[in-house]
Amino acid sequence: MTLSQIRILLDAEFICEHGMKNSDIKYAKASDLMSDVLAFSQPFSDRNTILITGLTNKQVIRTCEIAGVGAIIFVRGKNPSAETIELAQRCKITLLTTKLKMFETCGILYTNGITGVAPGTHGNPSDAT
Amino acid sequence: MRPEALFQKEFTIQGGDFVNAGESSCMIRNTLREIGVDSDIVRRMAIAAYEAEMNVVMYALRGTMQISVYRDEILLTIDDKGPGIQNIDMAMQPGFSTATEEMREMGFGAGMGLPNIKKNADVFNITSRVGNGTKLEIRIFLDGKKTRK
Repeated sequence: MTLSQIRILLDAEFICEHGMKNSDIKYAKASDLMSDVLAFSQPFSDRNTILITGLTNKQVIRTCEIAGVGAIIFVRGKNPSAETIELAQRCKITLLTTKLKMFETCGILYTNGITGVAPGTHGNPSDAT
Repeated sequence: MRPEALFQKEFTIQGGDFVNAGESSCMIRNTLREIGVDSDIVRRMAIAAYEAEMNVVMYALRGTMQISVYRDEILLTIDDKGPGIQNIDMAMQPGFSTATEEMREMGFGAGMGLPNIKKNADVFNITSRVGNGTKLEIRIFLDGKKTRK
């Protein structure tokens, strides 16, 4: 599913995007704990993975850069600060915001084919949760 | 005697500097990528570096982080001046944390930092002196022959 399709499903808005509107997204992680995001990081590239979170500080961007996550969806209508957006632009990380809550966001994406990846599965889709 | 590092760089980390926290680890990640290190090893070292850097920012007064690339391994050392860790065994347990509310609001301090570092390292050593500071040594092998501990 592309980020543009995800935007429509979640009635979301792009805050910034880096030519990723048509990028294929397969996996999602949903967390406000950045160490969990790092622990769930996969040996394969996470660029086709999105992070769903309610946190909007700069550490979210840093965490995604370290984990190689390509896009972030901020839930509950949250908007990051100009500083956070600037950092995301430097790191080429796409940002979206939706008014939906985290639970609803996850539910919609899951029922539309996006899956999570359990820690230690090493990217094997059959192990995905 | 240990051969000279093919690449070496040192970073200074300021305790409490949440604005720049993570910058050094991102530079390490980008540098390792640029010099052609395997992408999975880059990911593992970047995660270990970032967790370690955040620990210095959250708990210590200041610290230094040094990355050294050798022919057969990458070595990351983090040496901080700070309160030290009273009980290392307890600190290594997933979920154990002495983080403040501010740290938790940043998305950290859930007691996963040290376990995450250990998980991504081939060799992980930690020493600490209460009232003085903590030293971490993280090694990831490049030859792929040595098993992870």
